[in-house]
Amino acid sequence: MIPAIVVFLYLATVLYIGIFAFRRSAGRERAEDYFLASRSLGPFVFLFSLFGTNMTAFAILGSSGHAFNNGIVTFGLMASSSGLVIPLTIFLIGTRMWALGKKYGFMTPVQMFRDRWECSHIGTLIFAVQAVLLIPYIIIGIMGGGTTLYAISGGLVPFWFGGAIVAMVVMSYVFFGGMRGTSWVNTFQTVLFLCFGAIALIVIGAGMGGFGSAAEALKASPLAFLLTRERISPYYFFSYTFIPLSAIAFPHILIFCLTAEKMKHFKKTVIFYPVCILAIWLPCVFLGLMANRVTDVPQIRAKQEARRVLATQGRTMEPEARDQLREQSAGDDVIMLLLQRFAPLWLAGLLGAGIMAAVMASDSQILALSTMFTEDVFAFYGGKARFGETVQVMTGRIFIVLITLFAYAVALRAPETIFELAIQYGFSGFAALSPLLIAALFWRGSTKWGALAVTVWVASAVAFVAVLQEVVPAPAPGPATVLWAPGGVEVLSRTPGGTAVFGFMPVVPMVLISALLMFVVSLITRKPSAGAVARYFGGRE
Amino acid sequence: MTLAKSTCYFLRSTMKKLLLVVAVAVLYILHQDIWFWRSSYLVFSFIPIGLFYQGCFSVAASLLMWLLVTFAWPSHLEQEVEQAKPREDAAL
Repeated sequence: MIPAIVVFLYLATVLYIGIFAFRRSAGRERAEDYFLASRSLGPFVFLFSLFGTNMTAFAILGSSGHAFNNGIVTFGLMASSSGLVIPLTIFLIGTRMWALGKKYGFMTPVQMFRDRWECSHIGTLIFAVQAVLLIPYIIIGIMGGGTTLYAISGGLVPFWFGGAIVAMVVMSYVFFGGMRGTSWVNTFQTVLFLCFGAIALIVIGAGMGGFGSAAEALKASPLAFLLTRERISPYYFFSYTFIPLSAIAFPHILIFCLTAEKMKHFKKTVIFYPVCILAIWLPCVFLGLMANRVTDVPQIRAKQEARRVLATQGRTMEPEARDQLREQSAGDDVIMLLLQRFAPLWLAGLLGAGIMAAVMASDSQILALSTMFTEDVFAFYGGKARFGETVQVMTGRIFIVLITLFAYAVALRAPETIFELAIQYGFSGFAALSPLLIAALFWRGSTKWGALAVTVWVASAVAFVAVLQEVVPAPAPGPATVLWAPGGVEVLSRTPGGTAVFGFMPVVPMVLISALLMFVVSLITRKPSAGAVARYFGGRE
Repeated sequence: MTLAKSTCYFLRSTMKKLLLVVAVAVLYILHQDIWFWRSSYLVFSFIPIGLFYQGCFSVAASLLMWLLVTFAWPSHLEQEVEQAKPREDAAL
């Protein structure tokens, strides 16, 4: 119960920060202040809140769980590639968006697209696709909160109650504090979960009597493949470098880029981003890997047994039985099991709070959806002009309550795996939307029809992959099921982890076709007016 | 500025940008470390070499970002914002 009490104290602190931010901004009911903290974030808050916004529950729980089953490849797949691509996109795109936001007052990416390409309803369509792809993240955040509180309290706090508490806390500080409250909370949370990795590594390492013997034993065991990438296709590994393109296309990240007071605040963010990722992911991946040598925790042994049965008998099993084994072997809770085994109770509580900090990353997504709704729909279709800015902010707050209630209701009813899959599609979808930003900011020849083609393509491709993975069950670990191979060339396959196109993950063709569509369609369609182009690239209006 | 000086400045600036683009491309390629794909060698007797390499890669990415920020910072964007401000103030 002590860890649960520490976590509740943490939640109370987070709530206080949000309400303190509300008091700070009281009497300034302007949309720009509520949704963008008056574009006034300093370098420290900007770095940590932007980084924290991009780190979800997956950074601690998912990374260690993935490493538990797949080994060291997890870090190269998801962390180091992000450490290169994300700061690069912030450097190239984030800074430009910030400058445009300062110059023209944009508060959302769709506002920029509408201005750049002189389009209205195409902008609304982009908003709709972004919103549909973003909602599963909010739902999974609430689910993660419920599951984590249940695990930390040893089952005393039921899932529905834990989920409700997390939803209420997040909703309250976003509702009251807006962007200022969210960024302060994110800064606090980021500091907390950056400390988490180092402390967990020291405590668990000491408990295991050092990692040297565990690593040597793992190397000598049948699980030695976890120390290498011999079971991973280089195509699959390469495909993953496309996924971090999604970060800058996420509306909540792009909106965060508009909150910096000065452009020089981006410098620290760009430089330190890869090191921050290293600080949190490397310990978690390493601990997930080492969990395979902890033989005196029954739950970990049960997971290893499920994995062994899946690997040896999976191909002769029914798809449902395979899915059940996959669920049993999932390692998302291994880090919590390690903490329960090796950390003293009070420290397990503090580290549990670090895990909660990562789980509660849905705050900025909720705020971003609210910002997008009030700016791209409410204000754009005349609401702001008719009712004023105070009503606009109030609408944003009501939207926050409604979206949180909706996410909580869905989280209680739907199985978690559905949303995990949706997030898998979401990353690919947002990555495939990134050519929109690149074309808008760097190519004067791009047109709204190119943007429309990209948006329709992304929506269709995401829907196609989702339906395909629903209709064709995942095969057991081993060779993929080939679905389409004209002339013996394997074009489309169903793999144990998803879908492959020419051996690559779907994100690769999705991004490349998006870029191609933007280029070809823009070449053959009418360009925006000279004035619109001049606002972005200079020259004669 | 004389023609020779401005040509020299242009070449130096282009060269600098080209080198930075090459550095980004090289680091992107280095991420695909096929040379450690099957090695289970333990660095310091406990870190798998593949994980150690990717950790070093993250530090190298940070250094590359420092180079970009130092030598290719888009300061013209800041100037544009600064120039736009007085116009806005005048309009008010």
